[in-house]
Amino acid sequence: MFAEFGYGILLVSFLVTVYSLIAAVYGATGKSAALVESARRGMLLVFPLLTLAAGALVYLLVTSHFEVAFVYEVTSRSMPTYLKVTAWWGGQAGSLLFWAWLLAAFTSAVTIRKWERDIEFLPWVIVVNAITLIFFLGMVVFYENPFTRFWVVGGNVEPHMFAPAGATLFAAPDGNGLNPLLRHPGMVIHPPMLYLGFVSYVIPFSFAIAALITGRTDDRWIRLTRRWSLWAWLFLSFGLVLGGRWAYDVLGWGGYWGWDPVEIAAFMPWLTGTAFLHSVMIQEKRGLFKHWNMILVILTYALVVFGTFLTRSGVLSSVHAFANSPIGPFFMGYVALTLVISTALLIWRWPLLQSETEMKSMLSREALFLLNNLLFMSILVVCFWGVVSPLASELFTNQKVTLGPPFYERATAPLFAALMFLMGVAPLSAWGHSTVTTLGRAMWKSALAAVILTVVLFITYTQNYIALIGFFLIALVLLVTLQEFWRAARARQRAQGENFFVALSRLMGRNRRRYGGYIIHISMMLMAIGILGIEVFQTETQGALKQGEELTLEGYTVQYRELASWPDEADGVNYTRAVVDVYENGVYLGELTPRIDYYFDSQQNMTIPGNRSTLKDDLYILLVDWEPVSNAGATFKIFVNPLVNWLWIGSLLFLIGILFAAWPDRDPAEEPVRASRKVRQGVSA
Amino acid sequence: MKVNFTQKSLRATHYAILFLILLGSLFAASPAFAQENVPTDDEVNAIARKLYCPVCESTPLDVCPTQACHEWRELIRTMLAEGKTEEEITQHFVDQYGARVLAEPPKEGFFWLIYLLPPAVILIGVVVVFRSLKQWTKPKAAAPVQSAAQVQKDDYVSRLEEELKKKK
Repeated sequence: MFAEFGYGILLVSFLVTVYSLIAAVYGATGKSAALVESARRGMLLVFPLLTLAAGALVYLLVTSHFEVAFVYEVTSRSMPTYLKVTAWWGGQAGSLLFWAWLLAAFTSAVTIRKWERDIEFLPWVIVVNAITLIFFLGMVVFYENPFTRFWVVGGNVEPHMFAPAGATLFAAPDGNGLNPLLRHPGMVIHPPMLYLGFVSYVIPFSFAIAALITGRTDDRWIRLTRRWSLWAWLFLSFGLVLGGRWAYDVLGWGGYWGWDPVEIAAFMPWLTGTAFLHSVMIQEKRGLFKHWNMILVILTYALVVFGTFLTRSGVLSSVHAFANSPIGPFFMGYVALTLVISTALLIWRWPLLQSETEMKSMLSREALFLLNNLLFMSILVVCFWGVVSPLASELFTNQKVTLGPPFYERATAPLFAALMFLMGVAPLSAWGHSTVTTLGRAMWKSALAAVILTVVLFITYTQNYIALIGFFLIALVLLVTLQEFWRAARARQRAQGENFFVALSRLMGRNRRRYGGYIIHISMMLMAIGILGIEVFQTETQGALKQGEELTLEGYTVQYRELASWPDEADGVNYTRAVVDVYENGVYLGELTPRIDYYFDSQQNMTIPGNRSTLKDDLYILLVDWEPVSNAGATFKIFVNPLVNWLWIGSLLFLIGILFAAWPDRDPAEEPVRASRKVRQGVSA
Repeated sequence: MKVNFTQKSLRATHYAILFLILLGSLFAASPAFAQENVPTDDEVNAIARKLYCPVCESTPLDVCPTQACHEWRELIRTMLAEGKTEEEITQHFVDQYGARVLAEPPKEGFFWLIYLLPPAVILIGVVVVFRSLKQWTKPKAAAPVQSAAQVQKDDYVSRLEEELKKKK
């Protein structure tokens, strides 16, 4: 009954969205405020409707209704309730519904606000959101229905939504169970975070398109969606970081990022989103790059859909699987259509988007921001091509190829280094005009200190030139950024006669976006320390040990003590857990327990590392193999991952930085809008 | 259902690979097999790290937990024990399963495109950005401050006129 109810509600939501789309278009073109209002209310209705449908699905999941194909695929009786709930986004059909549900929520949040002087945007924002929602709901309703049930038809079990003639409902005694890799807490939050990020970017895009259609191409759309872009960026970044942590904790290969196409699918919109975050500031402050911001937001939207497409269409496993997948071509068509229509709109409005001022200097902040955008786009090119070219190879040469980490690392490392250099220089440059002399005067102290630090590292720590370049850049950015805090707080302290810390906190409170940004820069550098550490200095060894035997690596000694293996029938898992004693230079540090969990229903192994984490390094031990009956011998793989903890510390600070920048202001007063320019124009007129 | 199907086909592929490997190791069971200096895990992993099996996508062979990948590593050990070099071993896997077992495709034929396209596109980007930057900053360099104001004024006036025209 719940399945029919859920599907019925899905159909109704789909129809209501279609109605809202039509009403919004007619309302906007026919200048009927009543129709637009009707469209708005329609969109407001979709969210509660989809919540009901999602509620029905979650109910079916939690109560183990295995006659529903989706429930059968992603849950089993032994799973705890919270995992049954999160199984909602653990499979294709459910995750598409989850996408649609989030979009409906965001659309409601946008349409419920007071519109007043932005009322002309409203119908077109509804149109863009409705089209996106229709696309995703269409897939759920027509191709990937999570409410499809199993029926016995002439002795065969077949999935159908409604009973075929003479069929009886079939419920398996138990389900397949969620992929064990997805049972980690990180994986429970990681997909929703990514999806939140993905879906939030639909909102800035919808405003951009509304601005293009209405011809109101000033900065209003950017101001209205600034918070949305920041929150979208927050979610996406957080999702990426959680994914990395999950990989480190669960995938058992000693790393956090493998340049897997699925990871890159989420990374690409982050790249354009980050570029957008920077370049909108130039439009706000200087009235430049209006075309470019439109292009960026369109690209981000397309990449969001493309990212969902990559992970959902089967195209990554093979282009041929893609051709067989019902939703693959549908997705591809939608991405193409979006790009064509958006580009057409952009070309139509191109003349309205002229820059309001001119670029005065190659070293001005806006010029450096442009370079920053160029670098982000370059990384995007590498990533995009890295994902697409194996598909192209399969299509044109019928030969599959792998593009592993070496390809990406070689191509992106110099680009990341250049980005870091810009991060060190750009905060010191001024809007409008800067010269080598002004920049040099502002940064020579930090640069000198960074050089000294690098020399010290060269003598005491490493002679690896990649690491040294990296550490120099990290030191430069950290010092420049901290100096910016120091200088501004000192100036305020002198001017206002405040205590230094009061001055600092008031300063930051008044310029939250700027100082939030600086906190993010600092956090990025902490993350860079961790990344450099693990990428450049990671060491590993592997060996088979008898009880009491040892492996040594980088001053650590790992001694095999014992191993036990036992089934947990209730959880459907067989645990094999080794105990090893760890010494550092002869000093006993404690025991670690790497394990392998074998899931009966999916016949899958999960390798859980034993990890000892310090600020200096991580000792990361994997159980690779063991002698089955006697447990007398076992094979271990040991990694020493220097500095990697800084990656996670940086991630936390990063989160704080974004929250600091994005937290809603109590006073929504408009900021000064390029005041100087307006005055100038007023005078010249 | 789809998940089930792919899992089954994955498993089937795994078994096929396993079978091939077993077959291969039967043929490889020459006297050298019983050599005393068995290569260490680290020596095996040093080669395995650069290889990918066709089934476990994006997981390098040295850390892949599946049974098939385990067998591949044992095959590498056997070949090392036979005195084969890293190149020979890698080539063996390429011959058997195609270029996809490599972390990167070989630099030949169509594959050149994979390596050359990104730098080409980035270079175009760099040229475009620097040319536009030069263009944008030029008027200021060519003429004194006054003309910049003039340009701005003209710009404003022409826009105003345009707006007025539209109103009419």
